[in-house]
Amino acid sequence: MNFMASKQPENSLLGPEADSQRTLYPYVTGTSVVALKYKDGILMAADMGGSYGSTLRYKSVERMKSIGKHSLLGASGEISDFQEILRYLDELILYDNMWDDGNSLGPKEVHNYLTRVMYNRRNKFNPLWNSLVLGGVKNGQKYLGTVSMIGVNFEDNHVATGFGNHLARPILRQEWHENLSYEDGVRLLEKCMRVLLYRDRSAINKLQIAKITEEGTTISRPYSLKTYWEFSAFANPAQGAVGTW
Amino acid sequence: MSKAVVELPPKGGFNFDLCRRNEMLLKKGASPPSFRKTGTTIVGLIYQEGVILGADTRATAGSIVCDKNCEKIHYMAPNIYCCGAGTAADTEAVTDMVSSQLQLHRYHTSRESRVATALTLLKSHLFNYQGYVQAALVLGGVDVTGPHLHMIYPHGSTDALPFATMGSGSLAAMAVFESKYCEGLNKEEGINLVCEAICAGIFNDLGSGSNVDICVITKGHKEYLRNYRVPNTRAHFSSKEFTFPKKTEVLLTKIVPLREKIEVTEDGDAMEE
Repeated sequence: MNFMASKQPENSLLGPEADSQRTLYPYVTGTSVVALKYKDGILMAADMGGSYGSTLRYKSVERMKSIGKHSLLGASGEISDFQEILRYLDELILYDNMWDDGNSLGPKEVHNYLTRVMYNRRNKFNPLWNSLVLGGVKNGQKYLGTVSMIGVNFEDNHVATGFGNHLARPILRQEWHENLSYEDGVRLLEKCMRVLLYRDRSAINKLQIAKITEEGTTISRPYSLKTYWEFSAFANPAQGAVGTW
Repeated sequence: MSKAVVELPPKGGFNFDLCRRNEMLLKKGASPPSFRKTGTTIVGLIYQEGVILGADTRATAGSIVCDKNCEKIHYMAPNIYCCGAGTAADTEAVTDMVSSQLQLHRYHTSRESRVATALTLLKSHLFNYQGYVQAALVLGGVDVTGPHLHMIYPHGSTDALPFATMGSGSLAAMAVFESKYCEGLNKEEGINLVCEAICAGIFNDLGSGSNVDICVITKGHKEYLRNYRVPNTRAHFSSKEFTFPKKTEVLLTKIVPLREKIEVTEDGDAMEE
């Protein structure tokens, strides 16, 4: 082995074949996910859009999936990386079931596993380009956490990814309280999703709301929100000043 | 190489002399300064009787708060006010300049200023400077044609809207507006909504903070509510008063009031003209 002779490309700290396999940018992306804790468990909402750059390519992408018996995972960012994560989690849950010891992985454990996966990939400069939201209930304990693509993880009473952090979190900080009823929780989530629909260019009006409680997971059918466009100023914006719009 | 003297036209027109130099700089890797949203939350909304403007009061220099209680709602005309986000010097200068122009125009026409006039003066000035005057403004007022609310961007484009937000805290404030705004709000509801939106900016955005300023403009009347809400009062005071270190021996105590008492006599000489 002649170390002096081998020439690494100047801009790469890794092996020569690593460049073609590192994630440099996302291709098909999902936008924000918003989730909150309520009386009986966790409520999570995400729209069903997969954007290819500025094109709305896919309009029926399910960005929330249930994991094992106790958890619900929602993801924004690269869709293919989300599918890869689902495969890893599938394997994790399978091996857990094979122990057949009456014990099952809860949301906290799954969250920890995801954190390790995301952080280690980031350390190799090959991240899974996702922001994940992990919620669940086990033995009466509600858990809601998030992991970003660089491995930043924390748990809170309400979390959001992407644009949801800027538009939905302020609303949730003001209006969330302990022991929300199911209807109030859904109303609050819909309020956040409506603002995101108005103000996020990659959001579409087709969303799902998922609920996870001690009994299990339910992901709703896709539906759309009502929007209001009848403000009088929208009817004739140039009324007072020619040249505006 | 002959150096021709370039004769510029007397007024207007773009000067492209520096374009080649700029291209060369870009190639060498020196990028021009990009637009930075400096910390602010400013909002405006149209309610039943007129316009309500709101702003936070934090001025930042980088990551330091340099003014905890500055005024971001600028006077343009008795019936028109303007909130400014962006570079403080730019917003001050541009609003001052247009305010004087409006005053001169009022003298010339003997009429109340219109919001559209202020809008046109501001947008043409900002467009002339191609975005280098970094002032993002929310202009609101009530004139003979009714209440108006406009957003003016640093490059000179404008929007006419029922509710508007600008600044780094604009997303947080817009979230509040989009979820709670409806037409035909009365004054109390309007002020509450504006206050909520600014508070959302103050508590969720690091670039905005301190207090809420509000300005209510209706036909023929305006109310400037400086520090309408003060949600960030100092919570902890040191219980100990100032003590000298290491048991200094106090030799003498003398208390001097900071304000001197000046006696004013009426029969002085008249001031020099």
